[in-house]
Amino acid sequence: MRLMRALLGLLGATLVGAAGFAALAWRPEIPAVEPPNRAGFDPALIARGAELTMLGNCNVCHTKAGGRAYAGGRGLQTPFGTIYATNITPDPDTGIGRWSETAFLRAMREGVRRDGSHLYPVFPYDHFTKVSGADLRAIYAFLMTREPVRADTPADVLPFPLSMRTLIAGWKLMFLKVGELGPDPVLSAELNRGAYLVEGLAHCGACHTPRNSLEAERNEAYLGGGETEGWYAPALNASTTAPVAWTADQLFAYLRNGFVPTHGVAAGPMQPVANNLGAVAEADVRAIAAYVAALVGPPTASRSERLGKPEARGEHQPTGSRTGAQTIRSADGAIIYAGACAPCHEATGQRFSARGIHLASSKVVTMPDASNLAHVILEGIAPPQASPAAMMPGFADTLSDAQVVALMTYLRSSFSDRPIWGDIEDTVRRVRRSAEGS
Amino acid sequence: MLTLNVNGRQQQVDVDATTPLLYVLRDDLALNGAKFGCGLGQCGACTVLLDDKAVFACITPVGVSEGRRITTLEGLGTADHPNPLQRAFIDEQAAQCGFCIAGMIMRAQALLAHNTQPTEKEVRDHMRPNLCRCGTHMRILAAVRRAAAAMRSAANETSSREARR
Repeated sequence: MRLMRALLGLLGATLVGAAGFAALAWRPEIPAVEPPNRAGFDPALIARGAELTMLGNCNVCHTKAGGRAYAGGRGLQTPFGTIYATNITPDPDTGIGRWSETAFLRAMREGVRRDGSHLYPVFPYDHFTKVSGADLRAIYAFLMTREPVRADTPADVLPFPLSMRTLIAGWKLMFLKVGELGPDPVLSAELNRGAYLVEGLAHCGACHTPRNSLEAERNEAYLGGGETEGWYAPALNASTTAPVAWTADQLFAYLRNGFVPTHGVAAGPMQPVANNLGAVAEADVRAIAAYVAALVGPPTASRSERLGKPEARGEHQPTGSRTGAQTIRSADGAIIYAGACAPCHEATGQRFSARGIHLASSKVVTMPDASNLAHVILEGIAPPQASPAAMMPGFADTLSDAQVVALMTYLRSSFSDRPIWGDIEDTVRRVRRSAEGS
Repeated sequence: MLTLNVNGRQQQVDVDATTPLLYVLRDDLALNGAKFGCGLGQCGACTVLLDDKAVFACITPVGVSEGRRITTLEGLGTADHPNPLQRAFIDEQAAQCGFCIAGMIMRAQALLAHNTQPTEKEVRDHMRPNLCRCGTHMRILAAVRRAAAAMRSAANETSSREARR
């Protein structure tokens, strides 16, 4: 009898808990509206919205390869499965054409769709919640005046129970802090602007912060380095492993042009970011650069001595000579470096206008993760739009996996004082597979 | 001493493993099709095949090519017996100074060897790493298209002949 009562009590408590949770998770549907008249939006507001969407890189996730702008369809890989970015063109049936401004603002601030269901936090509303109402309204004006594209968003590939959006309410309870980011009186106007952009629209932390097992950003390691699309997003705080310190001016040049001679070219997922930042107001890019430079902090003694003079660390002589005096059977890392890399990456190599950086100043070689070096060696780098950098060819067809591993090992031991990565072979295999698949 | 498989033949060369493959092909093996254009992997005049994939011979240290199949222009055919791609370049007169052409042919060969029905976009994207300074581009594209068509009809003829047996 007592057992029965205990079980009933437990059942009752569970039901109450579930009901409480469901009540917590429930959000009302915001009624659909007629697609707003495009002529009703102020052109100045639309123009501001255009800049803000570039700062937020909306086009990067919400446009698929070869697809129409903002029409969605791009699959975002998460450890839980694939989630597809939605169509945010003003198409009334497959896009957000019937979303009122209120519905849009709620989605950006609280991660809730017009119909009341929760959005997966792969859409970084934990950052967009910091954006001001005025800016959100400008973005709405911009999106609602884009070309409507009829395109259904593919269904997400998630295992049960993660496919139940209600559960996201629990995630939000733990990890979402709704609210705009106001100015900090301690910071200058430029730094406040930089903070507002970096923490909010530009959502840098979404890639550059490590995540916990529930895929929420780990605040105690904020901007301490993260991962995206198979690339490592390096630390943007004092735990940076870059061998050459970044000044605010260098950061500005890198973000604005996608290239800075002291540090190299924006590659991988940073390329579309640099493309977008090349088109927005210069003052905003300076603000972002100033804020990130402040977060990274002043260079340590060992980084100072390399500032601006990476080649002074010691000219690296490629081994071997043309005259055939020595013959080395195996193509180890030193041989590959001498024949494949040194012509562009060494000061003694050929002179041409936009040479590759000396690898002693490469932040990629010193990263705690080998992915980016593998990507760059296998795929090369096509420079961002209108950048003065030259193209780096890829070596996927020239080098076998074993040869790439030998080269990476050689670069790591020659150009850094860090230990060899433990998982180079797996990394090279994985990166080559992902490059072939794309 | 390195042993290289070049155009189906084993070749012994006494060179340092860091030597660019391009230099070995030209200076040691007298295979002068591939040209030195930049030495930086930016122009494609040095393009050869390594295991059927197009690579820049100027930034390939000869050591990495040991144990792989190297194919140069000379390996595709001869003046008297050109292969379909070389035949197409001749028929389209796709050359002005000719400096880029060997590289262009090798790059195109890598495409047509696994795809004889490339779209125009696929051809242009594939040929992108190779530069032509004289402006022969349109004839080069015409030659690639012509070769693709020739290879397709040769394949059709072979399969219908086999079907009739």
